[in-house]
Amino acid sequence: MNIKLNVPDISARPTDKCVTKLKAERVNLYYGSFQCLRNITLDIPSCSITAIIGPSGCGKSSLLRLFNRMNDLIHGVRVEGNVELDGTPIYDPKIDVAELRKRVGMVFQKPNPFPMSVFENVAYGPKRHGIKSRGELEEIVEKSLRHAALWDEVKDKLSQSGLSISGGQQQRLCIARVLAVEPEVILMDEPCSALDPVATLKIEDLMRSLAEDYTIIIVTHNMQQAARVSDTAAFMMMEPDRAGVLVEYGPTAQLFTNPKDKRTEDYITGRFG
Amino acid sequence: MLQQDIAQAAAKVTNKGLRRRLRLGERVIEGWIFLAGMLAIVVLLGIIFILLKEGLPIFANTPPWEFFFGTHWYPVSDPPTFGIAAFFVSTLWVTLISTAVAVPLGVACAAYLSEVAPSKVSETIKPIIEILAGIPSVMMGFIGLALLSPFVQSLFHLNTGLCGLTAAIMLSMMSLPIIVSVSEDAMHAVPKEFKEASYALGATKWETIWHVCIPSALSGITAAIMLGVGRAIGETMTVLMVAGGALAVPASPTDPMTTMTSAIASGIGNAVRGGLQYQALFAVGLILFILTLAVNIIAERVLERQKRKFAR
Repeated sequence: MNIKLNVPDISARPTDKCVTKLKAERVNLYYGSFQCLRNITLDIPSCSITAIIGPSGCGKSSLLRLFNRMNDLIHGVRVEGNVELDGTPIYDPKIDVAELRKRVGMVFQKPNPFPMSVFENVAYGPKRHGIKSRGELEEIVEKSLRHAALWDEVKDKLSQSGLSISGGQQQRLCIARVLAVEPEVILMDEPCSALDPVATLKIEDLMRSLAEDYTIIIVTHNMQQAARVSDTAAFMMMEPDRAGVLVEYGPTAQLFTNPKDKRTEDYITGRFG
Repeated sequence: MLQQDIAQAAAKVTNKGLRRRLRLGERVIEGWIFLAGMLAIVVLLGIIFILLKEGLPIFANTPPWEFFFGTHWYPVSDPPTFGIAAFFVSTLWVTLISTAVAVPLGVACAAYLSEVAPSKVSETIKPIIEILAGIPSVMMGFIGLALLSPFVQSLFHLNTGLCGLTAAIMLSMMSLPIIVSVSEDAMHAVPKEFKEASYALGATKWETIWHVCIPSALSGITAAIMLGVGRAIGETMTVLMVAGGALAVPASPTDPMTTMTSAIASGIGNAVRGGLQYQALFAVGLILFILTLAVNIIAERVLERQKRKFAR
């Protein structure tokens, strides 16, 4: 018995105004006895890019993985507080986690295409969700690859291994793979950290174009990147006992030009971290 | 001047002595290792030589065609006939059935240990499974004789429970540990990134195991299967005890059988050294050797490919 997540009516989605897509309320996250996140509360607006920045090990990735329950894969993880997707609490024990992850896709730090062909990589998600017809799959694969600005580069290599293309192409392949399952939210965990500047720029352009249709959350070490691509930014830090806290959260322009918190200012001006 | 020369010469001598000693030690060790390595090859070549020397002469008496496809094995009648079709078919039956039982079980068990079980559970279960590999084959034969064969007999309404099927089931239990152990290693070696990517796309645990873990580990699993098959082909004592020992070509798995290994084990005691039966049994051994060698080579190749696959 699984509770169906509320599927929002797309026609009713406001394009000019953002609604709250994801919501975290007073979230604490523990790995065993180690507290990794403390009292995190934030609302992620839809159809925009939210950047999570902060020093290494402050819990940025853990916060990101909170939203598609990828933390569940780690043994001994415990979540307190409430996390909602479109108003449905996603840590409800009756939630279908696979269905949640279909709606909240994820791109990883290191490009991780499956050791299969380019085509099979993109078709993997749709196949798992019940699409069997070859024609339909071909359509989805082409659409997703076009959407990920990769089609022209790989259209003649669809049957080659996903591992044979360049690193930047692999990462766009991973994005195409996520797009193929038609998620609403895309989580990106330092998607450019393994890429060269040209490939990074391509991914950033892609993110901007995707932000029209998707809610994107990106974890990044690169402050320029956060400033370039995001609409909203969250600055996280570690407390002395190593638990991650949210220091400041607001529109990117404000956070970078006129931070409210002294620690944010110190960090973005490069005084530590 | 002179003093300097002497000092230099002395340094040279010391250096030379030092170097020579190092070299000597090195050489002794090298030689030792070389001999050890050679020994294995010499033993192998010796075995092949003896198998050929003792086995091949039988073909002067019985042409290869009759030897391989002859259905009668009457080593003590006059004139004796040596046809090993019954042994060959028995080995085939027993190996195929034991593989068919052991592979799905073993791979499923490996998938459970590698992907599903909490690490504490798999750390407990894996050594236990590996202990199973250490049970002497005569014990497995005994268990087959005492426990399994009555069960098989009543299940299939047979005259005797000592048959190919009983042997095959016992053999599958014996090849299970190696299949589980090697394929678990292969699945464990599948990069975490692949599994995460699958879960993140909304695939369930089962889908991830079936569509990502098993295909990525396929060459390792194949090698595991090959090693299991090798074990099943070569196993003697268990088969000798529970397969029934009939000399006719078996028509079904529930017939009593004599495999190539058990034929050698049961026959060699009565064979006159250098006699025709002796030669024929050595020829059977030669075929067995070629079979297991082929299986091992395939396993080796496949494992090699698995290693290269993830080396990127």
